[in-house]
Amino acid sequence: MSLLRCVGLGKTYDLGTQKLQVLREVDLGIEPGEYVAIMGPSGSGKSTLMNILGCLDTPTSGRYELDGEQVAGMNEDQLADIRNRKIGFVFQTFNLLPRQSAQANVALPLVYSGVPASKRRQLALEALQAVGLGERAGHRPNELSGGERQRVAIARALINRPSIILADEPTGNLDTRTSVEIMKLFGELHRAGNTIILVTHEPDIAEYAHRVVRLRDGVIESDAPGMGKS
Amino acid sequence: MIYALVESLRLALGSLRSNLLRSLLTTLGIVIGITTVIAIISVITGLNQAFATELSSIGSNVIYVQKFHWAKNDWSLTRKWKDIGTDELEAIQRGSRLVDKAAPYVVTVRRIKNGRLSIEDAFVYGVGAGDHEIRGASPAAGRLLLRNDFDSNRNVVVIGWDVAEKLYPQETPIGKPISVAGVRMQVVGVLDKRGSLFGSNLDTTITMPIGTFMKHFGRRRMMTISILPKEGVDPLEVTDELRGILRRVRKVPFGEPDNFAINRVDVLQDLYSKLTGGLYAAMFGVGTISLLVGGIGIMNIMLVSVTERTKEIGIRKALGARPRTILLQFLVEAVVLSCLGGAIGTGLGFGLAALIDAISPVPAAVQSWSIVVGLGFSAGVGLLFGVMPARRAAAKNPIDCLRYE
Repeated sequence: MSLLRCVGLGKTYDLGTQKLQVLREVDLGIEPGEYVAIMGPSGSGKSTLMNILGCLDTPTSGRYELDGEQVAGMNEDQLADIRNRKIGFVFQTFNLLPRQSAQANVALPLVYSGVPASKRRQLALEALQAVGLGERAGHRPNELSGGERQRVAIARALINRPSIILADEPTGNLDTRTSVEIMKLFGELHRAGNTIILVTHEPDIAEYAHRVVRLRDGVIESDAPGMGKS
Repeated sequence: MIYALVESLRLALGSLRSNLLRSLLTTLGIVIGITTVIAIISVITGLNQAFATELSSIGSNVIYVQKFHWAKNDWSLTRKWKDIGTDELEAIQRGSRLVDKAAPYVVTVRRIKNGRLSIEDAFVYGVGAGDHEIRGASPAAGRLLLRNDFDSNRNVVVIGWDVAEKLYPQETPIGKPISVAGVRMQVVGVLDKRGSLFGSNLDTTITMPIGTFMKHFGRRRMMTISILPKEGVDPLEVTDELRGILRRVRKVPFGEPDNFAINRVDVLQDLYSKLTGGLYAAMFGVGTISLLVGGIGIMNIMLVSVTERTKEIGIRKALGARPRTILLQFLVEAVVLSCLGGAIGTGLGFGLAALIDAISPVPAAVQSWSIVVGLGFSAGVGLLFGVMPARRAAAKNPIDCLRYE
């Protein structure tokens, strides 16, 4: 059974005078342990697709099943819980809380799954150690380099043992050398058994994925094996 | 739920700490409001206690039949009324079933002296038999006025404590002569110390039989009849009975208003409650306006905060915060902010009350329960004015928030 399955997924925005169809009839299945890159130029609908896959948004038509649960039609609370338990987000702009330490940032999803404070601190520290930032646990984001911030964000994405890691242009704000480091980290996570969905418009970043889905004008243009560079 | 509250509280405290100056300035309205409320509560309580103490020094169940009402008078009418006199006294003594004792008194201010020592403005009372009992007077030395003194209008007086101290500093006044406005009399007793009431000293008095008083100082004086009701009788019933008797003896036609006044200490209490009522109204006014202004200040700063932290809201939502959790976070922050103001205001209010008590004649007693009032009100304001910004935060769309720069 697929970990993630979209059938006839569509998203239409009602702009009043006209309707804007951003996604139309997207069929996509992703198995556990896959490493998929979703590519496409801007305006192709890849952000919208990512938002739907990440349960930040709901489709206007079609079905979306994540880990056996029907997501389309869920209410806000249910979506929040799904995001909390099943999805680990990694963003282009890191999206760390600036006033909180790296450790507190990593622990944030645990707050919303009801883990007690002492347990949170311990789990967060372990997650930071796993991405090689155990020493930096007490630092605030502005005291960390770009690469380090993204590692903190990855540790945060992993903390609740999600079904999928959803990375939206994770190297978009990083220099080439750091980008390579981060992509190596994703490679390690993949080898450790995590399912990764990478949204990018950069071909050399997509090269790391084992499968590349290309989107254009709201439909899947191609779905082919990737280079799986590591 | 408790977990969520604790987490929200943790966040709120962190957020206030990082914006300390802004937070303190925001709470200014609340601070002023709560300070006012606490200080005025303290002053009113202080006044109440002082009033109760003073009131207990006069018999609170004594009723006074007089020409003038204590609280309200229409002077154009009152002027024409006949004075209260012995007719009324006798009618009450004869006709009342509810009155235990009734006695008249008249009062004037005269110069009294012993040798070269004198008091310019002593209260000179002429009282009827029974007055001592009605007032609950007791002698500190010597004796009170007796039947015989009243019957034969003897020139004897009982003097107040201060009179004894001023005119007879070195000797016992009992049996000594005293000059009352030039009339020579004899001191037979000294009254217990009474203290002062509403600023007038009850110890600068001298008391003589009413007959003696009228013989020397004239009969045409305004008389007051003090009345002690029988034990356990409703004062309203006594008042009704007295009204009936007085209207009959003064021949007030049916349907006409009374041309006399029946004064009770309760009337003073009414007067007093009007005064404190005014204070309460002032407190209510100032308090409400400041709390309103403070509340709007908090709402305003919370709206700013929600906008400033749009990104944070987006991140929290993406990581699994439910709308309700976000609502709670901002609501708790508003309440904590408001309570911070409440706590500061409570402290300042206590300080202000202590200051008023120390440097002005107004007594102020701080009340520990007013802490509850102060914090309760501020928490309420925070809750009320925090709802709108918190709802706005909770309703935000996570995608837009994450995109917000």
